[in-house]
Amino acid sequence: MSAPLSERRDFIHVDNFSFHYGEKQAIFGIDMAIPEHQVTALIGPSGCGKSTLLRNLNRMNDLIEGVRHEGDIRIGGTSLYDPSVEVISLRKRVGMVFQKYNPFAKSIYENVVFSLRVAGRAKKSELDETVERTLKAAALWDEVKDRLHHSAFGLSGGQQQRLCIARAIANQPEILLMDEPCAALDPLATLKIEDLIMGLKEQFTIVIVTHNMEQATRCSDRTAFLYMGRLVEYGETMQIFERPGNPETEAYISGRFS
Amino acid sequence: MDPAAKTFATTGRSRKGEPWVWLTAAGLTIGVAMALGLFLLILVKGASSFWPRRIDLMEVSNGAAIEKIAGYITQQTERRDAQGVLHEEIQVFRGNKDLNGEAFKYIDRSNIKATSRPGSLLLVERLEYGPAIVTPVALQTPGGRIEANAGGFETALEKILTQGKAARKELLVIERKKIGAISRELAALARAEKSAGVKPEVATTRRAGLQADFDKLQTEAADIRKTLAESSFLGLTADGKEVNYPAGNLLDVFPSNRAGFFSRVGEMIHRMTKFLTEDPREANTEGGVFPAIFGTVVMTLVMSIFVTPFGVIAAIYLREYAKQGLFVRMVRISVNNLAGVPSIVFGVFGLAFFVYFVGGGLDRWLFADSLPTPTYGTPGILWASLTLALLTLPVVIVATEEALSAVPRGVREAALACGASKWQTIQRVVLPASLPGILTGVILAMARGAGEVAPLMLVGVVKLAPSLPLDDIAPFIHPERKFMHLGFHIYDLGFQSPDAEAAKPIVYATALLLLVVVVSLNLTAILIRNRLKKRFAVSSF
Repeated sequence: MSAPLSERRDFIHVDNFSFHYGEKQAIFGIDMAIPEHQVTALIGPSGCGKSTLLRNLNRMNDLIEGVRHEGDIRIGGTSLYDPSVEVISLRKRVGMVFQKYNPFAKSIYENVVFSLRVAGRAKKSELDETVERTLKAAALWDEVKDRLHHSAFGLSGGQQQRLCIARAIANQPEILLMDEPCAALDPLATLKIEDLIMGLKEQFTIVIVTHNMEQATRCSDRTAFLYMGRLVEYGETMQIFERPGNPETEAYISGRFS
Repeated sequence: MDPAAKTFATTGRSRKGEPWVWLTAAGLTIGVAMALGLFLLILVKGASSFWPRRIDLMEVSNGAAIEKIAGYITQQTERRDAQGVLHEEIQVFRGNKDLNGEAFKYIDRSNIKATSRPGSLLLVERLEYGPAIVTPVALQTPGGRIEANAGGFETALEKILTQGKAARKELLVIERKKIGAISRELAALARAEKSAGVKPEVATTRRAGLQADFDKLQTEAADIRKTLAESSFLGLTADGKEVNYPAGNLLDVFPSNRAGFFSRVGEMIHRMTKFLTEDPREANTEGGVFPAIFGTVVMTLVMSIFVTPFGVIAAIYLREYAKQGLFVRMVRISVNNLAGVPSIVFGVFGLAFFVYFVGGGLDRWLFADSLPTPTYGTPGILWASLTLALLTLPVVIVATEEALSAVPRGVREAALACGASKWQTIQRVVLPASLPGILTGVILAMARGAGEVAPLMLVGVVKLAPSLPLDDIAPFIHPERKFMHLGFHIYDLGFQSPDAEAAKPIVYATALLLLVVVVSLNLTAILIRNRLKKRFAVSSF
């Protein structure tokens, strides 16, 4: 399938990163390196800071008032917090899929090409080509090709989430962040999305937050267990789930606390 | 004890909520009933004023003599006299205002000796003095006199009516349009002369030419009048007076007592059409209300065009960009309170600011050569629309803010995550998603604005303005013109009319029309909104 992990280049570096929502500290000095073209899963109980960490990778948390951070996050060597880095250009390199599918009040077509339109690209042939390529990549093309100009709200939940994935990858980012992408979906739709994730890692570096242990084992290469804002254990998924090195990790994955 | 009775509440206990159901339902029922009652009253009174009623010929004794009165009953009342005897009194519309001084007469029912409905009675609508009720005698035509019982009477009458209509139209074109154009040219010439743009001798020749044109038109008009005067309608009133109505004064003739059901329905539709399409006559108590309909619709639309962008832009700033704090909260409270300011206050503000300050400034700047006659520095439809836009601004701002805050956070984040800037997110995602809510605000604003009268009286509405703000005279759009409004028309007819009784049916008809206009404006907006909603069915958040 893919090359051994040791040959993979690390792409995202989290260096001693801490994060505060006002008075409340959510992340305590996390260090981790995320390899490219791999699926890295962030697991941990609710409130452990995994979503906060994920949402810092495209600086989505900047929107919240009163936040501050310490340490640094680098993508391909460039610090996200470098004053010369424009948030918009950063987000063009880092696509994101959210927990609750959230298509725009637009047609399927316009949803997919949204990131191209905001980037000022409007050549009809390019847009058409992107829609077909992206929807095929998101395994949605055959289901929607006859109604591209219908409202996105006419799709089922699973289809809407796949549309959101298509939207996130349309402008060819390097990284794809997924915040519990299957939390609002039924098991069948979940399986489809998981298949999709496995296929997408050839093109993207994927970081996924999940509550579902089986999902983490099924589709991730590496797993990081976070607890109380700290990175407890991080390693290859097989190793984490079969031979956890930390009693807390073991307690969590065996379902003794959540 | 039966265990089931322990586990589930008894029926009696669950019914305890019912008084509240009844109370709340009664509240709603009373509200709906009042609204429906009002609407039905206006509908019945308004629509029935167009129905051609049968005319009674009554013989009324007034002490010694017997008086013959022809007319239809408009109202019945009871009155107790000094001795405590009950009298049934009826109000009869007998027309012929020129002869009787008043179109209505009150008759004590016990004084009526005989009633009949002769088929020969005609309801004659005239250009002046309102309708008349007469028995036809003859027609005076250039070709000779035609008696009423002669064969060709009806065709000849029809011919006279059509001729009169055509001639009046021609006169209108000559007097309002052609002579109007000449006087506008004269005024322009005078202005040019004043500012020394034209040499005096050139101006004198031009003026002489215009004067010649004017004289020619005057002769033309006089000729038409002379032809019109050659034909006339001779009739006899119920009390035996002879009348002579020249063709120019004759609008319509309807045989109320002879007509069958369908011809009466046809006449009703004809009257309604005239009401909707004609200019008012006789201090607004006769004729139609077309300029008022036009004014109401145009003013409401122009108001919406002004208020929507302003309100939406203000709301976007308040909700999306401004830092939410004490100041923004105060601004929001002030905006909400603005909605509670009495509308007449907005009228005073509009007069002082828009008319005198802005309009006066425009006049000094752009129309200085026609001063002291004001162009924009006088009440007009533009200023009225702007004043109402100000009045309805809070409605749009509040509704837009609500709509913006209802757009889920997830959708905004999704747009930002796609690399959109804040403005792109607002423009491409947030605004389209909140469009239905914004349009609801515009609909509410239109409903409020279309029904507003008080401020308009200060900033542009007048009793009679036959020149519409849009017409075929360059520059076609006349935002400075005064206009008529259905709401003000109701007030004017009901309280300022010289003949309140004659105006009463028109008051109801106009009220009905105002309701219809407001409702159809709203329905149009609602249809547009629903179409947008359907296109982007609201998501399941």
